[in-house]
Amino acid sequence: MSRIPLSLVHALSVTALTLGSGGFALAQDDEPIKVGILHSLSGTMAISESTLKDTMLMLIEQQNEAGGLLGRELEPVVVDPASNWPLFAEKARELLAQEKVDVIFGNWTSVSRKSVLPVVEELNGLLFYPVQYEGEESSENVFYTGAAPNQQAIPAVDYLMNELGVERWVLAGTDYVYPRTTNKILQAYLTSHGVAEDDIMVNYTPFGHSDWQNIVAEIKQFGSAGKKTAVVSTINGDANVPFYRELGNQGIDAADIPVVAFSVGEQELSGIDTTPLVGHLAAWNYFMSVDDDANYDFIDAWYDFTGDDNAVTNDPMEAHYIGFNMWTEAVRKAGTTEPDAIKEAIIGVSVPNLSGGYATMMPNHHITKPVLIGEIQDDGQFSVVWQTPSSVAGDAWSDYLEGSKDLISDWRRPLECGNYNVVKGTCGGAEVATAE
Amino acid sequence: MRRLSCGRRLCFGLVMICMLLLGQGVSAAPASEDPGAMLLESLAEASFRDKEAVIDSIASSGDERAQQWLDAFADGRLQQVKDSGQFVIVLESRGREWPVADALTLKPIGEMSRRDLSRIRINNALRSHLDGMQTLLDLNAEDVELRLQAARDLLGEISQDSREDIARLAQEEEDADVAATLNQALALYALEQGDASAISTLSGSLNPKVRAALVQASRSDDGYLAERASQALADIEQLLTLNRAAETLYFGLSLGSVLVLAAIGLAITFGVMGVINMAHGELIMLGAYTTWAMQQLLPHQPGVALLLSIPAGFLVAALVGVAIERGVIQFLKGRPLETLLATFGVSLILQQLVRTLISPLNRSVMTPEWMSGSVMINDALSLTLNRLYVLGFALVVFAALMLVMRRTRLGLEVRAVTQNRAMARAMGIRATRVDILTFALGSGVAGLAGVALSQLTNVGPNLGQNYIIDSFMVVVFGGVGNLWGTLVAGLSLGVINQVLEPWAGAVLAKILVLVLIILFIQKRPRGLFPQKGRAAEG
Repeated sequence: MSRIPLSLVHALSVTALTLGSGGFALAQDDEPIKVGILHSLSGTMAISESTLKDTMLMLIEQQNEAGGLLGRELEPVVVDPASNWPLFAEKARELLAQEKVDVIFGNWTSVSRKSVLPVVEELNGLLFYPVQYEGEESSENVFYTGAAPNQQAIPAVDYLMNELGVERWVLAGTDYVYPRTTNKILQAYLTSHGVAEDDIMVNYTPFGHSDWQNIVAEIKQFGSAGKKTAVVSTINGDANVPFYRELGNQGIDAADIPVVAFSVGEQELSGIDTTPLVGHLAAWNYFMSVDDDANYDFIDAWYDFTGDDNAVTNDPMEAHYIGFNMWTEAVRKAGTTEPDAIKEAIIGVSVPNLSGGYATMMPNHHITKPVLIGEIQDDGQFSVVWQTPSSVAGDAWSDYLEGSKDLISDWRRPLECGNYNVVKGTCGGAEVATAE
Repeated sequence: MRRLSCGRRLCFGLVMICMLLLGQGVSAAPASEDPGAMLLESLAEASFRDKEAVIDSIASSGDERAQQWLDAFADGRLQQVKDSGQFVIVLESRGREWPVADALTLKPIGEMSRRDLSRIRINNALRSHLDGMQTLLDLNAEDVELRLQAARDLLGEISQDSREDIARLAQEEEDADVAATLNQALALYALEQGDASAISTLSGSLNPKVRAALVQASRSDDGYLAERASQALADIEQLLTLNRAAETLYFGLSLGSVLVLAAIGLAITFGVMGVINMAHGELIMLGAYTTWAMQQLLPHQPGVALLLSIPAGFLVAALVGVAIERGVIQFLKGRPLETLLATFGVSLILQQLVRTLISPLNRSVMTPEWMSGSVMINDALSLTLNRLYVLGFALVVFAALMLVMRRTRLGLEVRAVTQNRAMARAMGIRATRVDILTFALGSGVAGLAGVALSQLTNVGPNLGQNYIIDSFMVVVFGGVGNLWGTLVAGLSLGVINQVLEPWAGAVLAKILVLVLIILFIQKRPRGLFPQKGRAAEG
């Protein structure tokens, strides 16, 4: 409420000072650095996104307690795009054009990111996007701190194939862009590893699907062909609870048909009784149960901030933690919050992650992450059963899709291109990929 | 309670391996005279691959504490203190400090920081190994049910080593079912070894493992075996088709019952009173939240809490319904468009209220023991219990509503007021009071739907949104103002949806159902059971 008058005051004072000859630079030095937070606080996505808003508020509070940044205070600017995709674009414009924020942390769904993308590019803003996504994108103004498919889906499938000897695959997902693209990549990957078409079953369901009887029965039947079967689930948030309930009730045991999920984290599990799910898997780059002091510090701070000792942390929260620290590091390095300077300074910046390693910003605006496979425990936590020996760098363009496998992204000079075609030697191969 | 120990013969070889492992463990173990400490030490240090052998040695150690250790290990509660190497069993893993018990003395030793503990890891393979040990043990249990379950689990799991033991058990078995299942398991093993005579025992079995083995055998080089297997397979396929049809019907009825439950309250407020209440979904949501709140009040009795939430959910939703009726709807009588917009606003307010006051996150509602799992009719057909209960509940609610509408004074008054308001008032019926009561009844039933849905789906602020469209669809399809229509429409839409789903996919099936309804409404605008006579004009 107080935001609008406050910004008006700021606008007035800035105008006054600029009029008063060269006072602008001075004004900027005392003014707080504004951090935009673009997460839905109402509507369907509030369930996932409101926690990320709180995470950002906590990180900003911590930074201010440690003396701010460049001697200036950080000021969060929270807006609510209400799970409405076009509203995301409007709110992003409000943040950049009216509030003049220095950086935005936000978005969850891919469609909301796609809606914000043109605005951020037009107004030359900075956006840190914390959620695992389908890849096939690299923008000069966006930093992808969540996992690309090669940092989540591919290693998970490798684990199932090599460690569990899975031969038959069910790819089940919600019907929208992330599952469809991920499953396309996985199908190409599985076929290239000699899995027959007959051994792959693809299934899509609408958002919020709640009647899983038939699909679970089908999976059960598909899995009774004598070959080890696994389900790779890209089922989105809300639909998971009834899905797992049905699995439990129809007696599908993790030992018979394990389900590995890419969208189910601690927060989603906090809404279910996990006893029948013990042993089902999830692939992430962070689990709350990771045994590391940095992680415990983060969790304790989160308990304090929320005032709830049963609060859970999850992977996108870690992504914001990493993204925020990378940004502050880059601001320190560049000595300014000016977007172009940050874009240059942030590439190569390394900050600790919460699992005892380091995350580095790559030239394609994706970061390095370890990949962890965890099994669900009966207390709603995951226990890590496997992890990649070292960190994996995010790949913006999948190596397994026609049209995208020849593309690379490198925002350093002299290339400065998000979709450089290495075969043709031209920048701007994105049309090929999206047409595919 | 699980009891673990291992048939000595079965484990002998493994024990030998363990001895070797133990030998290595001793040097690293802290000085301790308790042999249990060494066992746990080797369990902690072994890789996933070697842990199996260590588990067997713990089970066969004869140590009284073995059971507790393995249970704690299976649950991930067996942990080691990082500095001292002491083994502890975590009693409760929430928050920062966890209460623990010493693993050797099994006595609680206060709280420890989770930072100081490291979990002894377990994975699926080890978990099923533990379960397998339990299965062998259950075969000797007193309880027939337990034996039968163990025998079923044994299908496809028999190995060269265990074959003789199980053959002996099968002969000694007194219960006919258990003996038959054991013989099937043995026959399956024989078939896998290429024994064609085993097929006669297996024919007619619907177990997927039997079928998989028969498919394998029908591709065998042995002509006789392949032919016999194909014959048996053909019979099985025929039976399976029947079972699948029955299964689809059950799925359809179950989905239908959910639709009926969600829509039946609306059939009263919209169908009978003619009020378009867009906040109907949120009344369902409130019923679900009541269940959650009841379970918070009675944390250790989810079943009792669920039963108590039936009246509580009805009351909460009915009260909120009355508030909506008094606060909004009564001022908009006869203006459907305004009512629609106003109640839509109410629905958004209620959603955001729950988000702000409770949490935007889903709440976890427990399913009581007697509602989880499924009833097994045969190997190919089992009915999930929670849905069976919901199906029954829907029918009971429907029957109760019918009684109220047909047999009570209130029902009579409601019908009178909706048919001719002015005349009813002239006859001395207090129309306003009837309005309130009817709306409360419809809202209360929505609350009941919420209580049932809390057992099937997410309990969160968005719960209602997912059902509002479906509810209107069912009521319109069934014929506005007709409760029987709602029942028939809900159940048939459920069955149609589930029949379409396997070959059209969930997304397309939903679209097809909607197209079907649109076409139907074109042909018969008043739904399946249109109101007849003078009432239809009103």
